[in-house]
Amino acid sequence: MSLKHDIEFTLNGVRQRVTVDAGLNALDMLRDVVGLTGTKYGCGEGECGACTIRVDGQSMNACLMFAVDCDGRSVVTIEGLAADPKADALREAFVEHGAVQCGFCTPGMVMQASHILDTQPHADADAIKRGIEGNLCRCTGYKKIVDAIESACCGGK
Amino acid sequence: MNVAEKPRFIAPDTLIGQRVQKKDAPEKAAGKTRYIQDMVLPGQLHAKILRSARVHAKILSIDTSAAKALPGVHVVITAADVPDQQPIGVARDHLPLKRDRVRSQRDEIAAVAADSEEIAEAALKLIKVEYEDLPVIADPEDAIKPGAPLIHPEPHGADGKHLHLKPNAPVAFAGKPDNVAMRFDYSHGDVAQAEADSDVVFEDTFKLHYVTHCCMGVSGVIAEFDASGNLLMYSNTQVPFLHKREFAEYLHMDPSRIRIVQPPIGGGFGSKLDIYPFEVICIFLARAAKRPVKMVFTREEEFLASPTRQPVLLTLRSGCKKDGTLTFRQVHTLHDNGAYTSWGATTPFVMMQTFSSLYRVPACDYHTTAVYTNNPYAGSFRGYGNLQATFAIEQHMDMMAEAIGMDPLEFRLKNAQDAGEETGQGMKFKSCGFKECLTIAAERSDYRTKHADNLAARSASGPIKRGIGIASMLHVGGGAKIYPSDGCGTILKLDDFANVTLITGASEIGQGSETVLSQLVCEELGLPISAVTVVNNDTAITPWDVGVHASRTTFIAGNSAIGAARKAKSKILAAAARKHGCDEAELDLRGGFVIKADSGEAVVELARLMRNLHFSDKAELVMTTFYYEPPSVHQDKGFKGDVSAAYAWATQVVEVEVDTDTGIVKMTKVTGAHDVGRVLNRLGIEGQIEGGVVMGQGYALTENLIVENGVTRNPNFRDYKMITAPEIPEMDISFVESMDGEGPQGAKGVGEAPSICIAAAAANAIYNATGVRIFGLPFTPEAVYRALRGRADKPHWQAWKPA
Repeated sequence: MSLKHDIEFTLNGVRQRVTVDAGLNALDMLRDVVGLTGTKYGCGEGECGACTIRVDGQSMNACLMFAVDCDGRSVVTIEGLAADPKADALREAFVEHGAVQCGFCTPGMVMQASHILDTQPHADADAIKRGIEGNLCRCTGYKKIVDAIESACCGGK
Repeated sequence: MNVAEKPRFIAPDTLIGQRVQKKDAPEKAAGKTRYIQDMVLPGQLHAKILRSARVHAKILSIDTSAAKALPGVHVVITAADVPDQQPIGVARDHLPLKRDRVRSQRDEIAAVAADSEEIAEAALKLIKVEYEDLPVIADPEDAIKPGAPLIHPEPHGADGKHLHLKPNAPVAFAGKPDNVAMRFDYSHGDVAQAEADSDVVFEDTFKLHYVTHCCMGVSGVIAEFDASGNLLMYSNTQVPFLHKREFAEYLHMDPSRIRIVQPPIGGGFGSKLDIYPFEVICIFLARAAKRPVKMVFTREEEFLASPTRQPVLLTLRSGCKKDGTLTFRQVHTLHDNGAYTSWGATTPFVMMQTFSSLYRVPACDYHTTAVYTNNPYAGSFRGYGNLQATFAIEQHMDMMAEAIGMDPLEFRLKNAQDAGEETGQGMKFKSCGFKECLTIAAERSDYRTKHADNLAARSASGPIKRGIGIASMLHVGGGAKIYPSDGCGTILKLDDFANVTLITGASEIGQGSETVLSQLVCEELGLPISAVTVVNNDTAITPWDVGVHASRTTFIAGNSAIGAARKAKSKILAAAARKHGCDEAELDLRGGFVIKADSGEAVVELARLMRNLHFSDKAELVMTTFYYEPPSVHQDKGFKGDVSAAYAWATQVVEVEVDTDTGIVKMTKVTGAHDVGRVLNRLGIEGQIEGGVVMGQGYALTENLIVENGVTRNPNFRDYKMITAPEIPEMDISFVESMDGEGPQGAKGVGEAPSICIAAAAANAIYNATGVRIFGLPFTPEAVYRALRGRADKPHWQAWKPA
């Protein structure tokens, strides 16, 4: 059918080699080829943020990224973040502040929040709201998500 | 445990009203929760549906031969392959696979099961369908005109003669002589006399639009038959036990051979109350393929083929006396049913309660006609018609208050319900915090001062005008007795370590029921929340429940869980009393111990007592069951009766800034006061209310499913605008604890309440800011801009009555 590519990249700190179709997006590669399902499909066109991952530190919509463009780069997904003790406080903040309801947007939200913490460690509520503008949530009304991220900013102070 | 370390006195403690973390949150925050989208069964095939390319057409032919020949395709089915298919839906007017006619853009024509989604997609493109277009009925007013083309015509033979089917044949086979899907007629009191007695009468028409649930997890299902022909479904349904029975009917199966397992769900909000064609089609494919078949929607498909909130044209005539006493309401609504009938058609059940009983109204007359069109069909959605009803009523409340020169808050307080009231519709308000809600929301928002200040500032220079608006709601808060039973069953067991397994019929759909039910059990058994495991997702294990809807789970499943826990507690205390030679009335459970109730002195560790019971001569386990049926009644044929065991109340005050240059409305603050009976989990209830407020904000300001001539124009998140984080208002939420006598620990339902008033209050706020009243939703910049310049079309229709 389509052209295949061998790519090699770092996924959650582990070297990974996979063969992917040229047209495959990073979201489907993670979910269907690698088998990590924490990254969610919400819309497939970069509007909802449920598939947010970090690539070389940048937050990306995995659905808008070609899998082949992961070649040679460092990709972190929610599974990687969940295994990282440095991110415990952030995940715990989501739990403690009631930022999780159905939970479907949560992995993307947590990934985006980790990006906010890294790039704007002193972000206030308004900056956090702008930071998660690209992540849709239907359950919470965002307030408790903002509270959670705010509490994790500045090391929880 | 070392006896010497045993605490002697256990201090009282409670989880009720605390900020209790959701039990499933750690898994979800770590991305470990496996939703239906994440499930892969060995041998699983992937299914896709071919939907209609036309809005209304005859199907002349379907050619699936090329699709069937594609490598990797296992099964292709059309209606011809399932001659035994049965109509689904509330009115049995909907065949999952369409036979000779498509009636809407979403209609299912064929389906494919293949080795991969890509192959299934490719196969769909190879299916050839010939259509003959029919006239499209996109306007419900056109649909009820005499001579309008029929959406479900009665069948005619080849000779053109009307085919007479047996009486009571479903609409899908027998058709309808007109486009009227359902009628609802209700009245109490003498409306004509009440109108004659009125000093002020208003009549206006309100137009409510299409919105849809936008669950972040798209719809999906997996169906699998075992070698004995038993069906296992992994389903996101909110009503597993009703669906088990319905699927059995549709599939001509013994219900005992159907098992529904509910994986965690990516949002519900009422969207999963009905059976939809994709679920039945997936079962057909699994039956034909003899393999597990998984079907998951794309987001576009979710917009096109999942239900909507009911669009409504609503004419309200209201009256009052000069002293502010309400006299009557008369309501005619036209519900756009879409091509098929789902729960959306039955929203009048809820709407008429609001018209008849939110305020004390001596006379009320309510009529709904739900008509078939070629539009998307509407389902149930959080609030169930109450957003639409409240939008009209609460605007009229403001208009009447202004006309008689009365403060809008005073006018509402004068007519608000009280505890002890029985309404014209037969609803009995045993607990009612409505007046407290009004007072608290008004005081905390400084409503009176701001309302007056904004009025005074209307003519000031500058494009930004500030407004404040108030609206209130009444909703069922103790279940709704619509089905033969409104109950829920619980099975509860304690193990040798005093850990509890709570097996409940009630489904967790993200709203936090697992947590709140665990809290209620812990309160009875004196255990920490970590001691409870909840099993709630498998019809082969859990006892019957009518489903997650009508804000009923905390109330109904909560009372059921308490019932089972109390039976366990009495068994435990009786055993402890026997063993320790005391009276069980002296004992209680607290902190994992049996204690002396008066002093808190520990008698025995509960886990030790459990082991003693189990491994003694008596060899006893503590396992109990309980079924709770609320003391509500079915409505009579005139829709009268006390349908819920409790009623919830709320007042919401919305503040806006209207940019009169652009029409942009910014919602700056929402002050809410909710009579929730009692707060059980403060973290959970805040989350429900904040989420509901923002959903209501979307309904009011941004969300609009644009359907033009039957075609959905914006099936994506780019053009269907959900509220994003920077747009949310400041939220100030208060709770009125009316301690309902029947409620679990005094609580009432709250799930739907917070979305209901926002659009109505926003309408009043825009009027307060600008002096312009807008009768249609949503308040998009374009709509507001036009209204501010006097160029908005006022909604209008001629109320329709059956011939």
